[in-house]
Amino acid sequence: MAAAGLWSTLTAPLIRQNPVTLQILGICSALAVTTSLDTAITMSLSLTVVVVLAAGIISVLRRHIPDAIRLIVQIIIIASLVIVIDQVLQAYFFELSQRLSVFVSLIATNCIVLGRTESFARSHPPLRSMVDALGSGLGYGLVLVLIGACRELFGAGRLLGFQVLPLAEQGGWFTPLSLMLLAPSAFFLLGGLVWAMRSIWPEQADAPDFPPHELGDKS
Amino acid sequence: MADLGALFLHAAFAENMPLTYFLGLCTFLALSRRPDTAFGLGIAIIIVMGVSVPLNHLIYVGVLAPGAWRWAGLPDVDLSYLSLVTFIGVIAATVQFLEMVLERYVPRVHASFGVFLPLLTVQCAILGGSLFMVERRYDLAEAAVYGFGSGAGFALAVVMLGALRTRLAYADLPAGLRGLGIAFVLAGMMSLGFSAFAQMAAQ
Repeated sequence: MAAAGLWSTLTAPLIRQNPVTLQILGICSALAVTTSLDTAITMSLSLTVVVVLAAGIISVLRRHIPDAIRLIVQIIIIASLVIVIDQVLQAYFFELSQRLSVFVSLIATNCIVLGRTESFARSHPPLRSMVDALGSGLGYGLVLVLIGACRELFGAGRLLGFQVLPLAEQGGWFTPLSLMLLAPSAFFLLGGLVWAMRSIWPEQADAPDFPPHELGDKS
Repeated sequence: MADLGALFLHAAFAENMPLTYFLGLCTFLALSRRPDTAFGLGIAIIIVMGVSVPLNHLIYVGVLAPGAWRWAGLPDVDLSYLSLVTFIGVIAATVQFLEMVLERYVPRVHASFGVFLPLLTVQCAILGGSLFMVERRYDLAEAAVYGFGSGAGFALAVVMLGALRTRLAYADLPAGLRGLGIAFVLAGMMSLGFSAFAQMAAQ
């Protein structure tokens, strides 16, 4: 297979086919962990590892999984991988895993993982499936890191725990927007991001629900 | 009893699944285009959460929790790392069972919201309900009330968003904001409202 094919498989989900903003997949966890940049990065890495490994395993087993029970088999493979990731996080990054709370476990029901294994890995060879999964994982990570960085920077004036903007209470000029740390801001930021992306690439926009009729159109 | 009532309201409003924990957003946004589909989805979620959270509680306490095998002389066995797989299995089985029962006995109800049932197997809000139940150490009655309360909160939010999006169908929005974009902004505004509930509960 040509390297160019692999490259486009990898880069397509980053922006043009982004799983979060275009396909509305996997936003469940995407918003909850983005109050700071380090949780967003941990979450993106965990998801990328799970989706790549799951795609690889399911692609290797694709001729042996009976069609009727494939969903159960896929979910069990994914859930086992998620348990491994969760245990690794608890063993080596305990404080971080406490802050992520149940959201690492919820990778198991993340639609991106099941979507990739069901629609791609089931019918493609392992290397290609894993590259495709890596692209989706990175596309998800890109959105998460973007929103996480915005929320941490404007909500607390920090990035990765370092003070970037000097706070007003410490003699600086920046007054933190506490709304950025609450739930609604994540919705607004993601809505704005979707708007921006769909203005740049208009082919992504939804068709109007009720297209306006031409004047004099009786139908 | 007052505690259980407070827990119900807390689960439904202050800790609303989609609007404060962002759980189940995929179906929340995808199926809220019209209020009637949203209503069907809401009812299905109330039933599945109301059944699966207490069921998972029984299984967790009886089989998986640390020390659950003490009666068999194995006090050190801790199977709680298996809870994720077990919960997913229980939810899938609940959904399947509910679908068969509805199809057999009340086919009209099945036809009206049966299409949403299979989707609920991989719904973050339902799995999240079970995981929160373990993390917060609810007892059985609290788990049942929490399950129904979060399901009711989800149903309320999704029907409201469905109604709002129908009202906006004729609005002249910028092309890029149409559909998903405006749904996020609406959800953000509803989330502002629900965080006011959380403030009230805190006082």
